[in-house]
Amino acid sequence: MAANPRFPKLPHALMTLGVICLLVGSYLGLFVAPPEHYMGEVQRIMYVHVPTAWNWMLSVLFAFGAAMAFLFTSDFKWDARLEAGLEVGALLGFLLCCQGAIWAKPTWGVWWDWDPRLTSTAVLLCSFAGILALRRFVDDPPKRAVLCSVATIIAAVDLPIVYFSVRWWNSLHQMQSSPATVSSQFHLPLRLNAFGILFLMSGFIAMRSRIASQRLSEELAPPPQEFAEELA
Amino acid sequence: MSRSRIFLLAALAIAAIGFAVIAGTGISKNLVYYWSPNDIAHAGDKAYGATIRLGGQVAPGSVHMGNGSMLDFEVTDRRATVHVKSNGVPPQMFREGIGVVVEGTMTRAGYFQSDRLMVSHNNEYRAPKAGEQIDAKKLIKSTKGIE
Repeated sequence: MAANPRFPKLPHALMTLGVICLLVGSYLGLFVAPPEHYMGEVQRIMYVHVPTAWNWMLSVLFAFGAAMAFLFTSDFKWDARLEAGLEVGALLGFLLCCQGAIWAKPTWGVWWDWDPRLTSTAVLLCSFAGILALRRFVDDPPKRAVLCSVATIIAAVDLPIVYFSVRWWNSLHQMQSSPATVSSQFHLPLRLNAFGILFLMSGFIAMRSRIASQRLSEELAPPPQEFAEELA
Repeated sequence: MSRSRIFLLAALAIAAIGFAVIAGTGISKNLVYYWSPNDIAHAGDKAYGATIRLGGQVAPGSVHMGNGSMLDFEVTDRRATVHVKSNGVPPQMFREGIGVVVEGTMTRAGYFQSDRLMVSHNNEYRAPKAGEQIDAKKLIKSTKGIE
């Protein structure tokens, strides 16, 4: 079978694997695992919220790595990967806040509060949205790449703050759970969905950076002969 | 060194300084999401009047339902206790011994008047133990002998 450039094999395989993991994990989480002792059925949103949180942090880390790699190498393939990381990071961050609000209303009693964990997460989500807006404002590819890389590195400072917020300050959000604080019956759906979102996210990033690098190569290509003469 | 590597160093330097300021200096001490009952006990006049959040554990045996949605309970951190009067329907998770964050004001009468009650649970998620699962069939059978 000839390789189809519009449907590359690696992202395709990753996304398929991700969807399979998510289907099996969500089935186990919704129908096989028991409800939580105090929270009851509401706790099942954990099987998407926690994997989303882990992978959102990974996507921010990926964007941070791509930004550093671009500034270090000046290779535009890293700018394309940065664009993909920023978009997928913004998507996962948005999903994370929505799922969190849905879980918070029945358990905490409120959709949202300005707790350190929630606030620092919102700051990072807004920074990513802002950097994505910045990408649309700057037309010159080298200038755009440098500006977005610098902004991403500075925005990523918030990632360890999000992680440690529940330890440094008192907060409404509980501390990180560990396998010891979560019943073993909840582990398998949680892990399957974590890998599911990881594969899906990796597929998205691979696909999105291909699109970005195609657009970049068009932007960076020298103008066709007739235009070059006109410009001269 | 290329221009973009200078940008890399500058960005990393700004990021590192920013992180150090937030994590390592007194700024983090000024970020207070809620006061504990002990903080309020030691705050003197500062505790009164302003809208603040109070966080702690609902003292066992202290919950009293009043008229309508009025709710009385005590919030404790095992060093001090604050009496809370709350109006508003509490979340389903509200019970004795659980963590709460209440928003409102400390009154001169010595109680905390709250209109926003939030439940703060810990990081433990437990499946019900085998004996605790409610079996509807058994429950129906158990009432058979009642006359």
